[in-house]
Amino acid sequence: MQGRSAGHWRLPAPRALAFAVWRRNARVWVRLMASNLLFHFGEPLLYLLGLGFGLGRFIGEMDGVDYFAFLASGLVASSAMMSASYEGIYSAYTRMVPQKTYDGMLATPLEVDDIVAGEMLWCATKGCISGGSILVVAAALGAVTSAHAVFCIPLLLLIGLAFAGPALAMSAISPSYDFFSYYITLVITPMFILCGVFYPIGSLPDALQHAVQALPLTHAVALARPLVTGAPVEHALAHLAVLAGFAAAGFYVSVALVRRRFVV
Amino acid sequence: MTASGPFVVEARGLVKRFGADTVVDRIDLRVPRGGCFGLLGPNGAGKTTTLRMILGHSPPSAGTLTVLGEAMPAAGRRVRARIGVVSQDDNLDPDFSVMENLEVYASYFPHRRHRPLRPFLESLLEFVSLGDRAGYRIQALSGGMRRRLVIARALVNEPRLLILDEPTTGLDPQIRHLIWSRLRALTERGTTVLLTTHYMEEAERLCDRVAIIDHGRILAEDAPRALVAREVEPSVVEVRAGERPPPPELARQARVEAVDGVWHCHTSEPGAVLASLGDYPELEYLHRPANLEDVFLRLTGRELRD
Repeated sequence: MQGRSAGHWRLPAPRALAFAVWRRNARVWVRLMASNLLFHFGEPLLYLLGLGFGLGRFIGEMDGVDYFAFLASGLVASSAMMSASYEGIYSAYTRMVPQKTYDGMLATPLEVDDIVAGEMLWCATKGCISGGSILVVAAALGAVTSAHAVFCIPLLLLIGLAFAGPALAMSAISPSYDFFSYYITLVITPMFILCGVFYPIGSLPDALQHAVQALPLTHAVALARPLVTGAPVEHALAHLAVLAGFAAAGFYVSVALVRRRFVV
Repeated sequence: MTASGPFVVEARGLVKRFGADTVVDRIDLRVPRGGCFGLLGPNGAGKTTTLRMILGHSPPSAGTLTVLGEAMPAAGRRVRARIGVVSQDDNLDPDFSVMENLEVYASYFPHRRHRPLRPFLESLLEFVSLGDRAGYRIQALSGGMRRRLVIARALVNEPRLLILDEPTTGLDPQIRHLIWSRLRALTERGTTVLLTTHYMEEAERLCDRVAIIDHGRILAEDAPRALVAREVEPSVVEVRAGERPPPPELARQARVEAVDGVWHCHTSEPGAVLASLGDYPELEYLHRPANLEDVFLRLTGRELRD
């Protein structure tokens, strides 16, 4: 067994050809841009308008910030997570398995390393588009009070990468689409609820406060919120390091797992 | 061995094991540059695994493998840049039209892109008789059109070596003939074609050389006609005999295999066999020259493979 798996875990060495994979996905997306944008805006916009205006009226301020802006800044981060994750599971899995797109790609100079790199960049791009959409809506509604909000764009790419890696790893080991509902229910949804999107994590019980520090969305929100609301960003490097760590580890693991699926 | 050497594929003692299963068992294979080479074998013989090793998708368990002069799987990227692949499964991109499929695929070959690309891709569609389908969705294509598009797609990098895994399985005779003529046109232009098939007629018509492979081993390798001449008797008389056993005089004149109510009489003396059969006017028979299928069945046996 050792001999068979050894090659799969060697370090990835992607090349610039990965961008051809990114362009392929972007080309599909552009073709259906109108309906795609509707999807990106749709659900988070519902949360933003429904909860932001509905709850915001009763809550007023949270943690010293107008609740609408508090929620919007959280949703910027969480919608990047959602979008990158969904792309990395359902859409990437469709290309990887039933559609056999990877098989076609692997008959060219592309290697698994390039394909996974291109897919991760594309997942991150979708996360960026999603989070950016919320940011635009929030700005239009007057909730963005700081010019630092433009730094959300590179941040959203990093958030997207941090969630794309684990999602692609799930796709690589998944026997079918059904598998993904576990990932959504057990991993993504708890983060959405617990990581500070809707309320400050300081209001959680102590043990849980420590636990959520291990989750990437906590750090994504901790960076996005002050950028949107104009508050000073604290522990920026630590938060960035956690997100970058998830992105790097996710890339390494998903390359190895996709190799295991295709290079046998 | 350099890229201009006489063999596009050269395998020595090539082995592929999956756990305790040895799928490819110490094969020596040399595919000469130019012409068409056929890898024939029953299902599970090791053909597809061999192709996967040639493409660098399956690291060999032992042995050496050189493709277009480079050691595999280390040179995978460089080698695949000069190879075209027509896979068994349809893996066209359903998110794109016919022309977009070619454009996107061409973008995966960074150094071999024609400028301008579009007229070149149009010429590829013409080549496989899909010139009027450039804007069609993949879902709107028949199975035969899809296979032709996969062939056109495999040519976007103007490959030196074109590899086809069962290129005509499931296609009607018109399409098969069209594909054969296109493959011949490619070999005439100097492209080496390496294909797997279990259609012996296809191999006989198309291939300059064939290797018959079973249980991971190469059983015979030569030009199809030479194999027929060497491995089996030149004539076959097939007799529909039902349950009755072949008469003893027939067994002296021919090698007789009684299979499912048919006597297959392999013989060098068809006249004598036919004369003997004259004594049984109620029997229907067919006299034909021996072909590659007879060689194949003789070497790989008649038991079913699933």
